[in-house]
Amino acid sequence: MTSASSTSRPPVWRDVRVLSWAFQLVVFALIALVVMWLVSNYRTNAADIGIPTNFDFLDNPANFSIPGSDFNQSQPVRDAFVIGILNTMRVAALGIVLATVLGVLVGIGRLSRNWVVRRLATVYVEVVRNLPLLVILVFVFLGVVLQVLPRIENPWTPGDVTVFSNRGIGVPWFAGNTGTVLILLGLAAAAGWWGVARWRRSVADRTGHPAHAGTYGALMFTATVVVGWIVLGYEVSTPAVAGRQIVGGMRLQPSYFALLIALVVYTASHIAEIVRGSIQAVPIGQGEAASALALGASQRMWFVVLPQAMRIAIPPLGNQYLNLIKNSSLGAGFAYFELTQIAQITQANGSPAIPAFSLALGFYVVLSLVTSAVVNVANRHFELVVR
Amino acid sequence: MTTRTARPGARDWMRRNLARSPADGVMTVVFGGLSLYVAFRLLRFVFATARWTIVKVNLKLLLVGRWPDRHLLRIAVALVVLAAWGGLIAGLVHARQVRAGTSAVARMSPRTRGSDLLRRFGLLVAAALLLLALTTTPGTWLTAAAVAAAGISGRVVGARLGAIKLPIALAMVRALVVAAMPVIVYLYLVDAVALAQWEGFLFNLFAAAAGIVLSFPLGVLLALGRRSRLLLLKTVSTVYIELVRGAPLYVLLLLANVSLEFFVPSTIAPSKPVRAIVTFTIFTAAYLAEIVRGGLQSVHHGQEEAAKALGLSPFKQTMLIVLPQALRNVIPAQIGQFISLFKDTTLAGLGLGILDLLNGAGAITAQPDFRGQGLIIETLVFIGFLFWVGSFTMSRESQRLERKLGVGVR
Repeated sequence: MTSASSTSRPPVWRDVRVLSWAFQLVVFALIALVVMWLVSNYRTNAADIGIPTNFDFLDNPANFSIPGSDFNQSQPVRDAFVIGILNTMRVAALGIVLATVLGVLVGIGRLSRNWVVRRLATVYVEVVRNLPLLVILVFVFLGVVLQVLPRIENPWTPGDVTVFSNRGIGVPWFAGNTGTVLILLGLAAAAGWWGVARWRRSVADRTGHPAHAGTYGALMFTATVVVGWIVLGYEVSTPAVAGRQIVGGMRLQPSYFALLIALVVYTASHIAEIVRGSIQAVPIGQGEAASALALGASQRMWFVVLPQAMRIAIPPLGNQYLNLIKNSSLGAGFAYFELTQIAQITQANGSPAIPAFSLALGFYVVLSLVTSAVVNVANRHFELVVR
Repeated sequence: MTTRTARPGARDWMRRNLARSPADGVMTVVFGGLSLYVAFRLLRFVFATARWTIVKVNLKLLLVGRWPDRHLLRIAVALVVLAAWGGLIAGLVHARQVRAGTSAVARMSPRTRGSDLLRRFGLLVAAALLLLALTTTPGTWLTAAAVAAAGISGRVVGARLGAIKLPIALAMVRALVVAAMPVIVYLYLVDAVALAQWEGFLFNLFAAAAGIVLSFPLGVLLALGRRSRLLLLKTVSTVYIELVRGAPLYVLLLLANVSLEFFVPSTIAPSKPVRAIVTFTIFTAAYLAEIVRGGLQSVHHGQEEAAKALGLSPFKQTMLIVLPQALRNVIPAQIGQFISLFKDTTLAGLGLGILDLLNGAGAITAQPDFRGQGLIIETLVFIGFLFWVGSFTMSRESQRLERKLGVGVR
């Protein structure tokens, strides 16, 4: 029976392989037709109105300034996009770190044996998770940040090295254009920490002495930064109020803080649920074994249960990080000059809309793909090796 | 006697839950103090210091935007019909569960059933009562009474109707009528006021509902495409899903705001709500596709093989055997997606300048009567409460459904 059906081919109109390819081609042709229709509409409409469809606008002067940066109006749009990308990454990177810390703490709190802590964590999660991020952001920006910060005419300057005002917050920072060098220095310091910690752990494994990997690592980190600073010889500039503006130091916009706080508060509530689920997914025997070894409650959580829980939590955490990066685009609604705001403002200044926004979208997609690749690598690295 | 047994119990509970160790006791005091302080401030704000006049005066603007007064009756009618529709569906589902012997409600005593209903929908009712307390016209009270009556009678009729065993043709007519009701309501409303003028909370609710309904077929097709053995389909679906999931919704909305007209013939000028809903559909379809894909993976392989053994065509295998089970398994996740779309509709207000519920906050705090008085907090608390009640109730219901379906439990 089987051999008969495999030797004598069915007629063409009943052959599964032919049919499946024919089906695919029809569907593909339909999709291609729709896409071509959209593209041809775009071409015709753009030509009718006289809007360019290429990326030449990147070389035009920007004609807008960016608060909190030395960006010059005559610089090309290209540079504005670079600053926008850096600003997006600045809020996203710090946001990811803080949201993880807060989320893990709240997630542990939801399983605490202390009734008050447990209840408080539950209320936090249930309230924040069911509110739109935008409501939280507007509330934090208009209701908290702008209310708490004093007016620029009467700034709060603790120690005369920091300035708090509703026009921005100034903190001491290295003078001059230092971005790339500082990032490199930070990476070098982090690498130093990692190397020293690794070395200490191998020593501990060999000799049985305590590793103190964290202490040594932090020392190495500090040493690298201090040495780097001395070698590079940067001067520190402190912020000061001049008229109605802050000059010198690093200037952070109130909108930056509002966006950061809102993203952290919102994402942490989601992370807390992930952490809680992951802790509950760790076999109970692990905690019991830790208790049998006479570990205290916090040792049991931090050294036995949580590391195993975080392994489970990596993929969904990665999703939350992606969401945080994408949600940082809401800064555009509050004059925080991140990537989306740059695209929006340059479009308003006469750059063609579709190329400008495609550029922003493309960057977000790339950032998402990179983040999910990193998460995948981390996941594979930490995954439990089974049979 | 009772006091003597109760006291050690309470003390024991306190020792175990509030002060296991000195550090634990400190935590109780610190966090307990913090919670009490926050609760006190919140209660004082809500009942004493907050000036709710701004919300009271602008309630209509927040809920339905600049909907013409002479057509407000249509909204009332729509609410009544939708309540009857919701009740009808609940009744039909209930009847079906009773037939299948899986109804938990049917086994409850009236008292537990009452408290169950209160737990499920108490917040919703409280929010409705709050809205009523803020209104001044008797018409709204009348509407509320009619909505409640319609919901209850719909539930009763649905349970009766579901209990009758109909021939297949009539059952299909019944399903069709039920499915058509919201569409008829939409047509009835849009007949009076064009979609371009839909604002306020009405816009948020409608955009979320429309977005999820429209994206559903596209999402299912994409999921099937991604799981397909056909290489071309698989590639196209995967690229679509991954690209859309990598893009922020807000940027897509901004893009739609300035450029949707470029992609259609120049004779069509899509209105802002249409732009928003198109974007929501494109965006949500990618997420729904991933949810449905999870559902497809959760259906045991044997189901498809059994269908094959019965001689069903590949199309029928999918449509009659695999897909229904897959979709049933992911209902909670679909509700989750609906909740997140519901919350995300606020982005359309910011990105497209639609006067939705949240954007209404900016509009009403800029009114001459209320400008510069810091009333944004009152407004945002009210708006946040409406969104919160909606999504909290839905997420509770979805958790309940999850337990009922036994997803993830073997």
